[in-house]
Amino acid sequence: MTTTNTTTEAVAGAAEAGHEAAKAGMPQLDFSTFPNQIFWLLVTLLVIYFVLSRVALPRIGATLAERKGAITNDLAAAEELKLKAVAAEKAYNDALVSARVEAGKIVAQAKADIQKDLDAAIARADAEIAAKAAESEKSIGEIRAGALEAVTAVATDTAGELVAALGGKADAAAVQAAVTAALKG
Amino acid sequence: MAGEAQAHGEGGLAFHPLDQFKVTPLFGDGPIEWYTPTNVTLWMALAAIVIILVFAVGSKGRALIPSRVQSLGEMAYGFVYKMVEDVAGHDGAKFFPLIMTLFLFILSANMLGLLPGSFTPTSHIAVTAILGFGFFIFVTVLGFVKNGAHFLGLFWMSDAPLILRPIIAVIEVISYFVRPVSHSIRLAGNIMAGHAVMKVFAAFAPMILISAIGVVVTPVSILAITAIYALEVLVAFIQAYVFTILACVYLKDALHPGH
Repeated sequence: MTTTNTTTEAVAGAAEAGHEAAKAGMPQLDFSTFPNQIFWLLVTLLVIYFVLSRVALPRIGATLAERKGAITNDLAAAEELKLKAVAAEKAYNDALVSARVEAGKIVAQAKADIQKDLDAAIARADAEIAAKAAESEKSIGEIRAGALEAVTAVATDTAGELVAALGGKADAAAVQAAVTAALKG
Repeated sequence: MAGEAQAHGEGGLAFHPLDQFKVTPLFGDGPIEWYTPTNVTLWMALAAIVIILVFAVGSKGRALIPSRVQSLGEMAYGFVYKMVEDVAGHDGAKFFPLIMTLFLFILSANMLGLLPGSFTPTSHIAVTAILGFGFFIFVTVLGFVKNGAHFLGLFWMSDAPLILRPIIAVIEVISYFVRPVSHSIRLAGNIMAGHAVMKVFAAFAPMILISAIGVVVTPVSILAITAIYALEVLVAFIQAYVFTILACVYLKDALHPGH
């Protein structure tokens, strides 16, 4: 009950307040305040206009233009640097290619030199070997000849001694001939 | 008087949605002369101070990499400059400071008006009418100065059938003179309506102290205030934008009256 009562009261109060407002009218239509509002509006607008047009807007415009210029310059510089980098890379690659060619040449030269040295050394070694072999052959021949002579002498001596021991008289010439025949045979 | 008593008593809700629009003297209680410093003066001055702080003081650094305030000013500059150039053309850029003044004044007055307890100059028809009609007169004079009698071509549709042209001209003239009315009432009406609605919801908020229905009404009205406030922030910007872009359109008509 109390709740309904207070609510009704509240609504009534609201309605009354609304009436009051209607009686007083909208403050917007209170013409007595118009000169005041218009005067202060014009003052405010003039202040804002002068501050903006004399100070703020030229300054901001200049700053924006400056920034745009800086960005354009930086982009141009970056483009230039990029071109430089590309050129440097190309130069590097060229240098690399020519260095490779040069290295190939040097390697081939070195190979040829080594081959020449090697050939000469081999030839020299061959000659030396051949000389040594010939010398060895000769000494072998000498040794062989020496050995044959020694064998003939020993055989003759031995045969003579044998004949003497058996009581014969050794005829040197006959013994010689017999040994030679035996050696051949 | 009963309403007054209700407002101060413990029972009853205080509905004074229009009190926030009252023009009152700052000092004393005297009559409001044209020069009296009033709350209008205070809040307009605050709008001007905000603009000066952001645009004149904030741009002082001229930094290549802008500070926050500086970039705020630069963004607004770019936004309005582009709007003027796109709508009014290249020769409209000469009037950029004027358009910028309109935009920034309306925007900062609207935004400051959203502070609780503040006064919103742009909710007053006296203010918006001066803005609207002032710009209308400026644009009309500019149109005649720039184009002479050619300016009247704005009303003469040369590509319409000959019989219709006088009728269209009459309609065009009427619509031309309605422009400043709609221009100024749109702004004041939007701002006033939003603020009044917020105040009405606010008046319902203390219901919980009065009756049991308040358990429902109070949270709903607080939610509604929050929602309307968010909407009003949007409206504060959009109305400044709409006023400015219409100003640009009217400026374009004055500079290039040919259709």
